[in-house]
Amino acid sequence: MSEENKNWQAICASTELTEPLGVRALLGDEQVAIFKVKNELYAVSAIDPFTNAAVLARGIVGDLSGKTVVASPIYKQHFCLSSGACLEDEDVSVKTYAVRDNGGQIELAQH
Amino acid sequence: MSKQRIVVVGNGMVGHKFIDNLATHENAEDYEIITFSEEPRLAYDRVQLSAYFSGSTAEDLMLTSEAYYQEKGVNYVLKDKVVTLDTQAKKVVTESGREEPYDKLVLATGSFPFVPPIPGRDQPHCLVYRTIEDLEAMTASAKVSKIGVVVGGGLLGLEAGNALKNLGLEVHVVEFAPRLMAVQLDEGGGALLRSKITALGVQVHTEKNTQDIVAGETCRYRMNFADGSHLETDMILFSAGIRPQDELARKYDIAIGERGGIVVDNNCLTNVDDVYAIGECALWEGRIYGLVAPGYQMAKVAVSHITGGEEQFTGADMSTKLKLLGVDVASIGDAQGRTPGCKSYVYQDGVAEVYKRLIVSEDNKKLLGVVLVGDVEAYGTLQQMCVHNMDLPESPEALILPAVEGGADAGMGVDALPDAAHICTCHEVTKGDICSAVAGGVATIGDLKAETKAGTGCGGCVSLATQLMNSELTKLGVEVNTDLCEHFAYTRQDLYNLVRIGKIKTFDDLIEKHGKGLGCDICKPTVGSVLASCWNDYVLEDAHAGLQDTNDHFLANLQKNGTYSIVPRVAGGEIKPEGLIAMGQIALKYNLYTKITGGQRIDLFGAQQHELPLIWKELIDAGFETGHAYGKSLRTVKSCVGKTWCRYGVLDSAGMAIRLENRYKGLRSPHKLKVGVSGCTRECAEAQSKDIGVIATENGWSLYVCGNGGMKPRHGDLFATGLDDATLIQYIDRVLMFYVRTGDRLQRTSVWMDNMEGGLDYLKSVVIDDKLGACEALEAEMEHVVDTYQCEWKTTIEDPEKVKRFRTFVNSDEKDNTVVFVEEREQIRPASEEEIVRFVEPEPA
Ligand code: SRM
Ligand SMILES: Cc1cc2nc3c(=O)[nH]c(=O)nc-3n(C[C@H](O)[C@H](O)[C@H](O)COP(=O)(O)OP(=O)(O)OC[C@H]3O[C@@H](n4cnc5c(N)ncnc54)[C@H](O)[C@@H]3O)c2cc1C
Ligand code: SF4
Ligand code: FES
Repeated sequence: MSEENKNWQAICASTELTEPLGVRALLGDEQVAIFKVKNELYAVSAIDPFTNAAVLARGIVGDLSGKTVVASPIYKQHFCLSSGACLEDEDVSVKTYAVRDNGGQIELAQH
Repeated sequence: MSKQRIVVVGNGMVGHKFIDNLATHENAEDYEIITFSEEPRLAYDRVQLSAYFSGSTAEDLMLTSEAYYQEKGVNYVLKDKVVTLDTQAKKVVTESGREEPYDKLVLATGSFPFVPPIPGRDQPHCLVYRTIEDLEAMTASAKVSKIGVVVGGGLLGLEAGNALKNLGLEVHVVEFAPRLMAVQLDEGGGALLRSKITALGVQVHTEKNTQDIVAGETCRYRMNFADGSHLETDMILFSAGIRPQDELARKYDIAIGERGGIVVDNNCLTNVDDVYAIGECALWEGRIYGLVAPGYQMAKVAVSHITGGEEQFTGADMSTKLKLLGVDVASIGDAQGRTPGCKSYVYQDGVAEVYKRLIVSEDNKKLLGVVLVGDVEAYGTLQQMCVHNMDLPESPEALILPAVEGGADAGMGVDALPDAAHICTCHEVTKGDICSAVAGGVATIGDLKAETKAGTGCGGCVSLATQLMNSELTKLGVEVNTDLCEHFAYTRQDLYNLVRIGKIKTFDDLIEKHGKGLGCDICKPTVGSVLASCWNDYVLEDAHAGLQDTNDHFLANLQKNGTYSIVPRVAGGEIKPEGLIAMGQIALKYNLYTKITGGQRIDLFGAQQHELPLIWKELIDAGFETGHAYGKSLRTVKSCVGKTWCRYGVLDSAGMAIRLENRYKGLRSPHKLKVGVSGCTRECAEAQSKDIGVIATENGWSLYVCGNGGMKPRHGDLFATGLDDATLIQYIDRVLMFYVRTGDRLQRTSVWMDNMEGGLDYLKSVVIDDKLGACEALEAEMEHVVDTYQCEWKTTIEDPEKVKRFRTFVNSDEKDNTVVFVEEREQIRPASEEEIVRFVEPEPA
């Protein structure tokens, strides 16, 4: 889907985001974790697939071998913020979302 | 066969070693030993003499006891000098007229301090530094003096300088040579040492030749120097070198070296049959060894010769590694570069104040000598390279260059050591022994110590043994990289120093200067903790918030279902009924599960992210403050009721527990910290299983350190006894701050202690004797943490911007539907996965 055809939902003002702290948002009934790292926006599912707890927005953000990742605060697995892939277990990944800053407004959409 | 009579003249460090070796020899019963000492006590640890000024007593310094000698059947006569020697009749005579025949005579008379023949040197308050009596004289003199001068800027002189500093004097060091430690250091090393020592407030005067000592104007004395200058002082301590105590041998027919010293051969025998000389009085191949280790070797050799063994003395290594006034200094081999044709490599870092020099052979193949000031990490390897005359690597400079990325590792060389290399000289553990221990499964320094005894003597070999162990582990494919993570090629301790010394206040600044990349969940919390230990800023400030593990970030403990538990501080476990009621009401209102913790306080479970500030507002209004159950910081101080109520209690343990908890709350450290205080030795507070344990006795507090419950329980080590409140707190301040400075990431104090070079004695020397000269700084650092304490929850709820971070969703007030509770024993608990699926999965839309 092209950028324009997406069903963008306004979430919050971009000033609500403090680098590199995550925030949690609802997109429909899906919990999404949004991060801003080095001025890039990322959005992944907030649910940690290992525990089903909605904690990923509360993880520490960083990079490992060049990938920008968030670490689950529960058992510390790392998830790539761009692809959603889990670095420790190739069979596991989290869903990613489209996210943008539209004139000071953070917007989310399904990919 | 009747026993052989062995007479030992002198009961100093080496004489005692000889006796101890012989008395524990398998054929000990063939010998009768008698020893004479001029001093009023049996052997004591002269090397640790300075510890006397920071609290050690003569008793603490003893190497043995009369009871031990009696048990071993060793005869001893104190305060009686041997004055006559008859090598024909084979007997000695003492000052008191006692005659003693011998079969073998061992001279272990040591040496005496050399006092240069300066007019005026014989006055009161002109002292030397060799015996316990000398220490007593120094202490007495210091009481009526303000300024002290040490004559001699060598090893001993600097140690004496430190002693005077500890006695509270303004200290000057006067040296004849153009630099400090002229025997051990080259010019560059001496200069750096000088600048470091001057920075510590000790004034150094080199190239000063004292002409006379006369009455002073502002002080008791004035020292006039050959260059016309002068210095006023109240006390003078001569430390201008030692001379072998060879008086007895000199009077009779025993060969003496040209400049003194009793000549011995490889068996430590003198030129007279059955007469041995060992220790500092002995001259071997024209050399006197002014260190204790070679003396111990001689003692062993003499015992071996007497008992028919084959050990030989073949010289000893004079390399030294020391902390002088808190400065690391080491010299190895030909540190001065006196070997003809030798060349050198020099590395100097004016910022970190590090100086290193390698002296290599003309062909650049062998290492001849080394000087290290400020960073002596490479000492072990370099010393072994020198002693074993090993080939240098292709680029010898790599041995002293700092380990930068892509650069060679200065630790190289352990691999090249021969298997027979003595890694631990105290316990004669070779490289081969260590390698086979590692092959047999040893992987930590603690296990290595237990397995081989390496490192359990003087502790000097621990870093080398560790390097070796790590290199062997690497060969076995075990990962032992000590870098914190891919972002920092440093350990936690390194980062601590970079932060403290560089006055770095934020993670971004640190990673820009010393790291790379964005950081990760390893380095961020570590640095967050280090920054908090050093500067104690509010942890949720924008610059720090992203560093915190979720627990620190939300100031609560994350549970398995994404909710949090809340543990308010209940200092010492003491809580008022009003507090209990308030906590109960809040728990009821927010439907929280409540439980008494193992740390004598109350935990409230099941709070959602957005509820945390609301609950904390109510707790704070009810008089509670944060309990740091989430932090790598002080958790609880467990108490017993103590003297106030308990019929056995001897001191107010609950009161002390509360005082300690309030003092150390908020201190961020490498790992969590727990403290216990018991009111008597029944130990109801289990203090010995805590990082810091305090137990009341009739004579004051006993302090235990580095205990642990948890996975690998360890009883704390008794650190000091008979303490008053102030000293107790002073020691705890120092121990904790030293741990904060030097502990590794997530290393409890128990493991920290097990890995510490020198172990408990070393920690005592740092904390009690101020061996590093760091106590003042440690206390100041602790004071800063205490003074800047804030309840993080109070700060948080007062700041609406921070409270916003606790919202569950930025775009909705809905609750988190993944959080599901069921009831058990009439309280909530998280629903299990099956329960969620079975009962409460939301209906598909
Ligand atoms: C709540 C409590 C259990 C309880 O219900 O009683 C507890 C709960 C946890 N303990 Fe504990 N420990 C609790 C007392 C203890 C004690 C007893 C004590 O302090 O006297 C010990 C043994 C003593 C010791 O530490 O030496 C203890 C030894 C541990 C260890 C093992 C530490 C070790 O060095 O081996 C861990 C694991 C760790 O820290 O790495 C641990 C870790 C934990 C963690 C943090 C595990 C986790 O990651 O979730 C638990 C979090 C609690 C929470 O969410 O609130 N807990 N834990 C206790 C809280 C006490 C308090 O008031 O703060
Ligand atoms: C302050 C200080 C710090 C030191 N630091 C270090 C260090 O860090 N590392 C290190 O390796 N070394 C150090 N040393 C040196 C170390 O203490 C000596 O090498 C060691 O003590 C030598 O032992 P010894 O038995 O030969 O002599 P001593 O320990 O001096 O013992 C000789 C004993 O013989 C007695 N005696 C002498 N003549 C007679 C007689 N005729 N009759 C009866 N008794 C007699 C003396 O009174 C003395 O008690 C230090 C020394 C001092 C003073
Ligand atoms: S440790 Fe001693 S004082 Fe404390 S409660 Fe137990 S018996 Fe009483
Ligand atoms: S050399 Fe190993 S403990 Fe002393």
